[in-house]
Amino acid sequence: MTDQSIFLSASKPRHDSDAATRRALDDLRRVGRLRPAELLFWGAALASFLVLPGSHLLLSQTAILGLFALSLDLIIGYAGIVSLGHGAFFGLGAYTAGIVSVRLTEEPLSGLVLGGLVAALAGALTGPLLTMRATDLSRLMVTLGIATLLHEGANQLTWLTGGADGLSGVTVAPILGLFEFDLIGTTGYGYCLIVSFVLFLAARRVVTSPYGLSLRAIRDNALRARAMGIPVAARLVGIYAFSAFIAGVAGALLTQVTMFTSLDVLGFERSADVLLVLVLGGVGYLYGGLIGAVLFTVLQDRLATLSPQYWQFWIGLILVVIVLIGRDRLAAVPVRLRAGLSGRKAAAGEGEA
Amino acid sequence: MYRRQMLLAALAAGCASLTAMPAAAGDDPFRIGLILPMTGPFASTGKEIGAAVRLYVAQHGETVAGRRIEVVLKDDGGVADATKRIAQELIVHDKVSVLAGFGLTPLALATAPLTVRAKVPMVVMAAATSAITEKSPYVTRTSYTTPQVASVIARWAAGSGIKTMVTLVSDYGPGLDSEASFTRSFEAAGGKMLGTLRVPLQNPDFAPFLQKLADLRPDGVYVFVPSGVGAPFMKQYIERGLDRSGIRLISEGGITDDEILDSEGDPALGAITGFHYSAAHDSALNRDFVTAFMAANPGMRPNFMAVGGYDGMALIYKALEKTGGGGDGDALIGAMKGMSWESPRGPIAIDPETREIVQNVYMRKVERVDGALWNVEFETFEAVKDPGKAPS
Repeated sequence: MTDQSIFLSASKPRHDSDAATRRALDDLRRVGRLRPAELLFWGAALASFLVLPGSHLLLSQTAILGLFALSLDLIIGYAGIVSLGHGAFFGLGAYTAGIVSVRLTEEPLSGLVLGGLVAALAGALTGPLLTMRATDLSRLMVTLGIATLLHEGANQLTWLTGGADGLSGVTVAPILGLFEFDLIGTTGYGYCLIVSFVLFLAARRVVTSPYGLSLRAIRDNALRARAMGIPVAARLVGIYAFSAFIAGVAGALLTQVTMFTSLDVLGFERSADVLLVLVLGGVGYLYGGLIGAVLFTVLQDRLATLSPQYWQFWIGLILVVIVLIGRDRLAAVPVRLRAGLSGRKAAAGEGEA
Repeated sequence: MYRRQMLLAALAAGCASLTAMPAAAGDDPFRIGLILPMTGPFASTGKEIGAAVRLYVAQHGETVAGRRIEVVLKDDGGVADATKRIAQELIVHDKVSVLAGFGLTPLALATAPLTVRAKVPMVVMAAATSAITEKSPYVTRTSYTTPQVASVIARWAAGSGIKTMVTLVSDYGPGLDSEASFTRSFEAAGGKMLGTLRVPLQNPDFAPFLQKLADLRPDGVYVFVPSGVGAPFMKQYIERGLDRSGIRLISEGGITDDEILDSEGDPALGAITGFHYSAAHDSALNRDFVTAFMAANPGMRPNFMAVGGYDGMALIYKALEKTGGGGDGDALIGAMKGMSWESPRGPIAIDPETREIVQNVYMRKVERVDGALWNVEFETFEAVKDPGKAPS
């Protein structure tokens, strides 16, 4: 709705009027401000850190999965690049952080940044492959192929990656020399939360910039975007590398929190799961990945505790039901409830927030 | 906006369910955290071990030295970071005194460092890479190690008049370990290796490798493939006439895994393998074990995974008896060291130095007995230690 209006105003030809440009920039600035609901979300995340010390381990994994899904949202939701191999960047980051810890330094932040940078470099190098034949099907194939290549590479380079046995011997020094990783997972969760929040802000800044707007123009109609003078290939490679950076950092976080990494970080399952998480939470508004991750891990953890053998059946069933009913209708339930309670029409709830 | 409403609902649901963590029970049971791949490609490992653990508890009671035993089963789907997190949660929240399970090597390696910090013993019931028990002084094992079996097969081959061999393994960690260990032992015994063939793990087509094998003309071939691939391998081996070529086929026991052996059919007949457990092992204890297992789990036959789980539980029970119900990690692992007892697979012991299992390794031949295929043992190598660490 708001997105659509900015898009429309910005997609008018530039020579039309300066007023249109100004309006577009104003719109962007308005969208760029944090809204109350967003503050509430991050407030809740902070609260989960304080009130739920017993769940910090699970929450760390949720934050990592959420960050990973967020990186995928940047390319699928904003640039329209579908990928079945985003796990490649996650795995690259994970292995880089692990190898940095084993061979260079146990200091966590350098491993984290290097993990992100190596993944970003890989994203920048493979990005052009996605712009050459820009159909969804070829992109699915290319991303899947790259992930498979990396998986086999990590399997063969036993001296570097530990091969099929996984990379053990990863030790992580206290963060900034102050916060040691503890058994309950408190440091780990705090670390994941802060890194996720910082990268979220960066991603949010990118998508609410004119650059982000041009990406959406490309997503909706690449031909028209090119006709408007947007350098389509460069923009796509740019966001792909940025998304790879975030995925790489998420992978590095996983290695550091787990102090181990193995081939499954590069597995197809990982790429498929993150796509599922994103679809579950919703594409194209950044929070989809985060919310999807919360839903997915909580569902998985609860169901797997109730039924270790058959939980996948239940999670599959629930996912199908959610998709069939439609997220919007499901999300509308609390609105209707509240509307019913206060005696107003449900439609009135639309206008607020 | 709908999305924000959904966000709130999701968070509320998340918080509500996370706070419902299990509270510590009043009567202080002895908890065993059992982490297995119950879903995903390695679910059959989890199924066998889970069934064997249930059987052991059913047969030996839920109370040991006055403590009630509580097994907390968790699924890790065969993914290492999940295993590590679950192990950590089991230690911190469920206050387990022992961790057990571990279907694959990476899963065990990811968890081992944790046991040093938490001082919790870890009983590996399946993973077979030699190095696992060296990663922490709290790790012990009731399955087997790849070199333990491969080295015995090499010794047997060298002693049976086979002069030249070729190895044919699946190209992944355990396969390469097995290849290296077999080669070392066979050459040490005076044999000569003519070549190594590595078959891709995914969708293997054996034809070009079997052709190469026929060209190399060795006296024998040593094969290591994951159990699911055993049947197609045997079939192609016979289709290409290699069974009549004079090349003797000798394999690691995974190829005639008891769980699937009967469905492999006639091509498996006569296959010679070396392994540490056969469901056809001739002892009263094993007959009881197999009968009870098959009665409790219709349609399943216990395999080497199941016996690993069964013996893992036996080790925990015996250690707890020895400590008089004490759940201290150091006391428990101390009690486990040097323990020896009769298992369905034969006599076994835990090496006090390395905490590694010491057991008999058997040479077997597939035969049809009472209408079903079984691995019938014909030669025993007694009390084999893991050669991966023996020389130290």
